[in-house]
Amino acid sequence: MKLLKIRDHNELFQEQEYCEQFEKKREFEDPWPAEKVNEVAEWTKTEEYKELNFKRQNIKINPAKACQPLGAVFCASGFEGTMPFVQGAQGCVAYFRSHLNRHFKEPFAAISTSMTEDAAVFGGLNNMLEGLENAYTLYHPKMLAVSTTCMAEVIGDDLNAYIRTAREKGVIPKDLPVPFAHTPSFVGSYINGYDNMMKGILSTITAGKKGEAHQKIGGKINIIPGFDTYTGDYHEIKRMLKIMGVDFTLLSDVSDIFDSPNTGEYKLYPGGTPLVDAADSINAKATVALQKYSTLKTMDYIKKEWNQQTLVLPPIGVKNTDAFFDGVSKITGKPIPKEIEDERGRAVDAMIDSHPYVHGKRFALVGDPDLLLGLISFLMEMGGVPVHIVCTMGDKKFEEDAYNLLSGSPFGAEGKVYIGKDMWHLRSLMFTEPVDFLIGNSYAKFLWRDTGTPLIRIGFPLFDRHHLHRYPIIGYQGVINLVNWVVNTVLDEMDRKTINTTSFDVIR
Amino acid sequence: MRQIAIYGKGGIGKSTTTQNTVAGLSEAGYKCMIVGCDPKADATRLILHKKAQATVMDMARERGTVEDLEIEEVLLTGFRGIRCAESGGPEPGVGCAGRGVITAINFLEENGAYEADTDFVFYDVLGDVVCGGFAMPIREGKAKEIYIVTSGEMMAMYAANNISRGILKYAQSGGVRLGGLICNSRKTDKEYELISELAKRLNTQMIHFVPRDNQVQRAELRRMTVIEYSPEHPQADEYRALAKKIAENKNLVIPTPLTMDELESLLMEFGILENEEAAA
Repeated sequence: MKLLKIRDHNELFQEQEYCEQFEKKREFEDPWPAEKVNEVAEWTKTEEYKELNFKRQNIKINPAKACQPLGAVFCASGFEGTMPFVQGAQGCVAYFRSHLNRHFKEPFAAISTSMTEDAAVFGGLNNMLEGLENAYTLYHPKMLAVSTTCMAEVIGDDLNAYIRTAREKGVIPKDLPVPFAHTPSFVGSYINGYDNMMKGILSTITAGKKGEAHQKIGGKINIIPGFDTYTGDYHEIKRMLKIMGVDFTLLSDVSDIFDSPNTGEYKLYPGGTPLVDAADSINAKATVALQKYSTLKTMDYIKKEWNQQTLVLPPIGVKNTDAFFDGVSKITGKPIPKEIEDERGRAVDAMIDSHPYVHGKRFALVGDPDLLLGLISFLMEMGGVPVHIVCTMGDKKFEEDAYNLLSGSPFGAEGKVYIGKDMWHLRSLMFTEPVDFLIGNSYAKFLWRDTGTPLIRIGFPLFDRHHLHRYPIIGYQGVINLVNWVVNTVLDEMDRKTINTTSFDVIR
Repeated sequence: MRQIAIYGKGGIGKSTTTQNTVAGLSEAGYKCMIVGCDPKADATRLILHKKAQATVMDMARERGTVEDLEIEEVLLTGFRGIRCAESGGPEPGVGCAGRGVITAINFLEENGAYEADTDFVFYDVLGDVVCGGFAMPIREGKAKEIYIVTSGEMMAMYAANNISRGILKYAQSGGVRLGGLICNSRKTDKEYELISELAKRLNTQMIHFVPRDNQVQRAELRRMTVIEYSPEHPQADEYRALAKKIAENKNLVIPTPLTMDELESLLMEFGILENEEAAA
């Protein structure tokens, strides 16, 4: 067999020809001398620079956030036969698709109405009409879920009126569900986009479906995962509730979309929450959200409009997972089975095995609000010390939640929460007040490069490591995975640090 | 809760008429709110007795983001408990005032400004429906009733007809309806008859003819509505009458805008021709 030799940029740019080119190019770039660059680089590590950095107002550097429609298309894709449809410019939608491709390594379909300059002047009605007609004719969706980009929002496109016009003109059938959500990219982030789209889909698809409630013993409940990019979590929540014998509807089940089996055949709609079940969600006994900040408006809507019991039970870490099972058991009347208790026992066992290595280790964390709250709780259960907690998407309510959580454990005493800050702020913090480990998404690797602090990749997006999203981080299985990622990073680092000492041990 | 939007040519007296009418409504016991949708932010001056400085967009500019605002900072209370908010907007010539209106109304909605026991919300919208942002008050779930302030002057009538075209667009796809024309008299010839006829052609009614009276200006100089400044004055009764008619109005229609030719021949019929003949 002849092996194919692929020269990628890692090798290619190290070759003499390229190295010479880079040298010649420098002449035209007229750069500062290397000493000066080093001097400034060193200065950025100082307390003085940190102060200036935190006064910075008009620029964000490497923020841990992305825009609303990304969350909206993600949410929409988790429903059966649903095509995410974005009223706006092409480039934006290309970016949503590639962002999700790069994280999941899966194909992802979403439509743009290709708004250009004329649409900005005349309004996007024609784009919407043509787009809906094409999308319906070409892709035969069971539902078209409409969200928007900045452009449609700035000019004030009225989605509701446009969709109604489309129906009246007969561009789309009268009974095709076309939920919509206004998702200006310049407001909030993908967690809000997810929330708005979920609310839009639920209010559209459940209209007129309020009937006999599923109040029979152990009645049906709804589960809303929130903006959760771990496909493992979707499999896990289904597995856990099945073991418990709970009848449930997972609202926006993206597991089949982003983790579809390779059969050699491409499916445009590989799965998702059946629309019949989604429509019936209004009749459920209760709705449980697994994230708080990506479901605020939806849960408020369900509580007020459906008069349904709502619970927010994010199951990351042992304590939170306990609360999740207690909560679900209480509303459904189903006892917690021994199988789950055993899983808990195994998770606790894993924690006990590893905790001496995690105890007292100091962590910096950056990520989404709900993920951070879960990770802080988990780390403190392991005796880890959260020190810098940076949440670009975080608001004052999150700050309060995080401090309440930290104050509940002696390991939380050092924790400081930074809302609206970015990874360049975190860089300053990590230089002036170093920590042992860093938890963040792929973009946090720049902090690892600059500060040398080992990075544990948990979050979204994860572009530079494969398959991490296939493992659950929720439930007791999730605890075991988190223990695995954390403690083995600690041990890798220990090996690296003791490499030529008598402590370079085979047993840890 | 009835939500009402007031449109009309710039300078026709929308804000004055709105505030006096709302003063009349609250005098009659209704709980009212005014949302000014104009970067100039002068839609609540007569109710608050000062020009509102704390517009939603001004505060957002100061704080850097609208998310950091508290509702109490921008929702002020004036004469007879009327609640007032101004969207505000960018400096003239920059940015996007339309988006400012969208942002401000979203903010008010999300922060519970629309209390359940409010009877009337009035949106006082700048001049014309120039872009999607200024149509925000008449989108689904908001104002379903529109009144156009006009006068017997050609350009005011032209604007009223143009606004009707905008309403027609939204009436076909949504539930918004025209409630009538308010004639804010400029003392042009045969004004009453002319506007009554225009209203008829637009498939609506002239809900009230507000006569011109300098008492309005006297009250305005003192930053008050006529109803507050001189409750006994006959002009105050005019606004009370308008308020009562709006409160009782059931005549909500889809307008039938005129073509330019029709509009001009209407003017010929009622005004210009006769004058010229008289002069000849």
